[in-house]
Amino acid sequence: MPWTTIQVEKLDNFFIMGDSTGNRVLTYREALHEAFDQSLARDPRVFIMGEGVDDAAGIFGTTKGLKEKYGADRVFDTPISENSLTGIAAGAAMAGLRPILIHARMDFMLLSFDQLVNHASKWCYMFGGKVTVPMVVRTISARGWGSGAQHSQCIQGMLMNVPGLKIVAPATPYDAKGLMVSAIIDSSPVLFVEHRWLHKTTGHVPEELYSIPIGKGVIRREGREITIVAVSYMLVEALKAAEKLQDAGISAEVVDLRSLKPMDENIIVESVAKTGRLLIADTGCKTGSAASEIAAVAAEKAFHLLKKPIRRVCCPDTPTPTSDVLEKAYYPTAEDIFKEAVNLVIE
Amino acid sequence: MEKSKWIEMYRTMRLIRLIEQRINDEYKFDEIKTPIHLSIGQEAVAAGVCIHLRKDDYVFGTHRSHAQYIAKGGDIKKMIAELYLRKTGCAYGRGGSMHLVDPDVGILGSSAIVGGNIPLGTGTALASKILKNDRVTVVFFGDGAADEGTFHESLNFASLKKLPVVYVCENNFYAINSHQLSRQVGDNIYKWAQNYGMPGYRIDGNDVLEVSDYAEKAISRCRNGEGPTLIECLTYRWKGHIGTVDDVGDGYRPKEEYDYWVSRCPIKRFSEYLINMGVLNSELIESIDREIYSLIEEAFNFAQNSPKPSPSELLDYVYADHTG
Repeated sequence: MPWTTIQVEKLDNFFIMGDSTGNRVLTYREALHEAFDQSLARDPRVFIMGEGVDDAAGIFGTTKGLKEKYGADRVFDTPISENSLTGIAAGAAMAGLRPILIHARMDFMLLSFDQLVNHASKWCYMFGGKVTVPMVVRTISARGWGSGAQHSQCIQGMLMNVPGLKIVAPATPYDAKGLMVSAIIDSSPVLFVEHRWLHKTTGHVPEELYSIPIGKGVIRREGREITIVAVSYMLVEALKAAEKLQDAGISAEVVDLRSLKPMDENIIVESVAKTGRLLIADTGCKTGSAASEIAAVAAEKAFHLLKKPIRRVCCPDTPTPTSDVLEKAYYPTAEDIFKEAVNLVIE
Repeated sequence: MEKSKWIEMYRTMRLIRLIEQRINDEYKFDEIKTPIHLSIGQEAVAAGVCIHLRKDDYVFGTHRSHAQYIAKGGDIKKMIAELYLRKTGCAYGRGGSMHLVDPDVGILGSSAIVGGNIPLGTGTALASKILKNDRVTVVFFGDGAADEGTFHESLNFASLKKLPVVYVCENNFYAINSHQLSRQVGDNIYKWAQNYGMPGYRIDGNDVLEVSDYAEKAISRCRNGEGPTLIECLTYRWKGHIGTVDDVGDGYRPKEEYDYWVSRCPIKRFSEYLINMGVLNSELIESIDREIYSLIEEAFNFAQNSPKPSPSELLDYVYADHTG
């Protein structure tokens, strides 16, 4: 089976409970498709561009059929010129449009840092708010099936160091739709961090258009003895670990930050105040990661509340290996979170 | 072109020259605490292009963008105040000389990254196309920008989408001190246009009438939906890359080269032409200069007497404060 159609995505349809009321169930990718569809319908300033957005596959189905519905002026394929396309999106945003630029692999975004970091993210500050850049950069990380060192990176931590750039990393279908809408209506550049292993995740999603405040986290599971803060796909692993911890008699609270920048610092501090222990699970490499920043926030603001040192469960500081054996060793799972949590609570 | 426009172009060039000379003279007092890049000697490019632009057309400049800002009609008082990093500056003192902005006249901000403004201008042109209006974008950049990927990526995209954008390369032969021939294979930047499917011209950038002719054609092509054009304007900066230094004969640039280009001063050439045509005379020259000097005096007074930003403003404007 060709690489692109095989399950780089997660095989099981993990169901997110209690995310919203109603009983309309969508997958993460359907929720995103709906966010695009409704946003294109609502606002003529919105357009989508990126390599392959209008092809038959439509970015894993998330943009499928949108060109046919809204026209080739608003949903179109682009040259493989990541840097200039980012600047072109920024320029169009400066002129009043609301572009959504898609990188089907987060790795490809590395070619665009000049326009993203030097230009789009700085424009508002540099010109005293006179010119704003309301654009969305949507990036998708993959994992597994030999994606290797250049098709699997999760570099959100690196980008948290860029002033002026907002970063969201929704992990549920409800949040995917709501935060995509928020990213589109926000007048600052927003990086939308997505993970392919979330694409088949299912959950309740209302049909109407709604937004979720950027910078606001949620408690996914209440607990008393340890706080697990999870980033992006690691939420799924964290929820599985929490279930197993409960079986082992440990009550874990799972915090989903949803936005990485600005970050909901209060929710971290409040949870740690309750549990006294903090474990952070991130999809990226450990050093300089989102997990590092979360740990720093806790160290600065909740040190007096911590009973034990903070632990981070991240990928090691190596490029992603392609070998299936090494890959298995590379990626942290619910089991790793479980073990670390047990160590923190019991020992 | 009507004769009144000739005088307007002459005045614009003179305005650029005299403002920059004043900046040059004031810089030693260390009140302009920002890197400056002067365009003295290159005035004809901005003047000849911008004469054909409407107020609502867009321009994007570079680190060396005083000339384009002035020619497009940017507010002079706010520009000088920005150089003095005052709160009254066009970017409230946050941008400085390299980051000038005046959205009221289509100046959406200049970039100090070589080639960085080329995608941005291509993006505003894309917006014109999507919004189906006839606003034109002109991107000004130097020969150094043709070294960058953004130049090539953007030209390809603009041509592919037939965008209303004019790429104006001010080739002054030097990227800081590196000569074009030490950086590029060949000296024909305009020829890239051919492979990118658009008209490309190399012209005398010190002849404001020639610049104006080619710019007019390129801009009307844009308005008619015929797509982008690349114009390479050969010109020369009289000052060193940065600040007020004169680097001629210091092992950087040969004296003969400098003398040749000074002899081709765009303002001198155009004023001689206008005098021969009976459009300009010493009386008019004096009255234009008088008017400009008083405008400059007013701008520098305004700037020097304006307040500086307060430290309490440090964290403002990191993000836009509204949703839309």
